Order: sequence, then C-alpha cells, then structure tokens
Amino acid sequence: MAGSHNISRRDFVKLITGAVGAIIGAAIGLPAIDYLIDPALKAAGKDAWVPLGKLETFEIGKPTLATFTRSTVNGWEKTVNSYGVFVLRSSDTDTLILSNKCTHLGCHVNWNVDKQEYICPCHDAQFGINGEVLGGPPPRPLDRYTGDQVQVTDGKLLIYFRGG
Amino acid sequence: MWKKLFAWLDERLALNELYKATLDRPEPKGNWWNTLGSASLFLFLLQGVTGIFLSVYYTPSPDHAFDSIQYIMNGVAFGWLIRGIHHWGATLMVLVVFIHMLRVFVTASYKYPRELTWLIGVGLLLCTLGMGFTGYLLPWDQKAYWATTVATSIAGSVPIIGSFIMKALRGGTDLSALTLSRFFAAHIWMLPAVLAGLIGVHLFLIIKHGESEFPGKDD
Repeated sequence: MAGSHNISRRDFVKLITGAVGAIIGAAIGLPAIDYLIDPALKAAGKDAWVPLGKLETFEIGKPTLATFTRSTVNGWEKTVNSYGVFVLRSSDTDTLILSNKCTHLGCHVNWNVDKQEYICPCHDAQFGINGEVLGGPPPRPLDRYTGDQVQVTDGKLLIYFRGG
Repeated sequence: MWKKLFAWLDERLALNELYKATLDRPEPKGNWWNTLGSASLFLFLLQGVTGIFLSVYYTPSPDHAFDSIQYIMNGVAFGWLIRGIHHWGATLMVLVVFIHMLRVFVTASYKYPRELTWLIGVGLLLCTLGMGFTGYLLPWDQKAYWATTVATSIAGSVPIIGSFIMKALRGGTDLSALTLSRFFAAHIWMLPAVLAGLIGVHLFLIIKHGESEFPGKDD
C-alpha cells in the first residue's frame, strides 16, 4: 500500500498549502489591483459639439485663438479644463481650424505674428500657418478639424470636440 | 543550482539563523492565548496595507474628506472592501491588543526578565488607542466631528495645562482644517512610525528572552 503513493505526505501538504496560498493571494491581490487602476478603466467620454462663435467675427487671413472649457467629474470633484483652437479664414468659404495642442508633448502653441509661425513655449517647436512642422521635435503637423467635425449653423462655427 | 544560490545568500544574509530565531524557536506547551501577540502584529500589517490603499483616494481637507470617502465607498472598485477591512480591523486590533495585555498580566509574563517588554507593550497599547482616536476623525462626518470635540474637551479638563493641551491637539481653539490635517499626519506618519519602532524592539525582546512558561500550580 505504502509503495503505491507517488507523493509523500509532506510534499502533499506543501503542495496544498502553496495552492491555497495562491488562491487566497489572487482573491486579495486582484481586487487590490482593480482598486488602484479603477480611474483608468472609467475614462469618461467628453465628445460634444462646441460653439466657437460667429464665423464672421474671425478676421480673414489671420489665425485667431478661440477658447472654450469642458468640465468632467473626476472622482468626487468637477474638473474644468480649458482648450483652444486657432481659426484661420482664408476666404469667405474656406476655414482652417487647428488644435493649439502641440503634437510633441501637449503644451499649447502660440501664434507669433512677427515670425508668422506657431511656436510652442515648452520645447521651441515651430509650425507653419497651416500647421505643418517647420522645426523642432514634433512628430506630425498640428491636428486639424475638418469635414464632419466642423459645421456652420446660423452663422455660428461649431467643432466636434473629442475628449481624452 | 538553487541550493548553491541559497547557500550564497544564506552566507551573507544569515537566512537560516533568522528562520530559526523567528519561526523555529522553542515554545512552551501550546496555548491559544499565546497567539494574540502574533494576531496583533498581523492586524497592524493589515491596517498598514489597507491604510496605504485608502490614502490613494482619501483627501484630508474639510472640503473633500467626506466626499472622497463617499467616492471610495461607491465609486472605486472594491473601495467598500478596503475601507471595510480598515474600519473593522481597527476595532478588532484594539480588542486583540487589550486581550493580549490581559493574558500577559494573568500569566504574570511581565516579570523578570521581561519588564521592559511589558513597558514597551504599554506604549504599543497607547499608540494603538491613539491610532483609533486620530483615525476616527478622518471621515469628517457629524459623528467624527463631535466625537473629537468631546475627546479633545476631555483632554482640556486637565488642571492648569488643560487648555494648552486642547489647543495643541486641535491646532487652535476650535476644530478646523488644521485639526483634520494634524490628525491625518499623526494617523499616517507619526503614530505608525512610533508603532513600527516599538514593535521592532518588542519582537527583539521576545526572541531574546523566549516566551514565558505557563504558571503551574506551585507558582
């Protein structure tokens, strides 16, 4: 009889202890990880049509900053963030809308009238009037709002803003 | 391979000696009352871990303390569980530490050569009560607010220096944001640091002197 056992009593107890320990560890550890990363799993959508103002108030040929705020509830508090886009009317019908968020690391670019460039204050990125990269570290041109992301209703300019 | 690695580590870290001194030391005849010290240590570690987790979301300011706890309870995954363990673990820890003290008293384990182990244990009991006292304010609800008002008033009834003690505890004449933040600091930094240090000495003394025999009929 004794010879038919392939595993000793001691090893069996060790194995069971290890297995039960692993189950308990997972039962405690997984909820703990879930607790820590919970906010990352609940990113709220902020998509919405945002009005930028009357189209005719934007001067033709000159990039103009239009700012707006979006609020989200983070945890127990409402957070208000401000965003901006540069509106450039090249003619009565053509409008170019560029995000002011630098494509390098997310700082806000400014329009430099003297140089006729968008310049990022953080790492000196330079973009042309149409958003193309002229110099510095950015990997791609400034993001554009085009096509169905833009609409004009009753003379008011709106963009479809995507949060997150 | 593993034996070689272990031998290398053991030679430098004295793992075997540590194991023998802590987990394989001679014990008097088994008695469940003698496990209460280990139970207290376990509860301390449990409170430490759950407390660290709570501090990820809790905010010690009057504007946000209550809301942040509501968020932990209703918004965060398993927040109710973490806070529940911390809440009930606190009550249980006071109870277990107190019964542990009673056991040591009844079995006369505080006598030579363990007088200092006992005195440090008194410090540990007071620190545990201090943790309960400071932690009770942190939810900043009506119960917490008035309990702390009453308890600090009791401290204020000490002759002559009473009003100074009360102001020092409250960080002013009334309960305020200062009270909440100093109770928070005491709860998560000062008292745990003192507790951890005293626990270290307490454990060292227990390992050094071994556990006392259960008193026999002749004692």
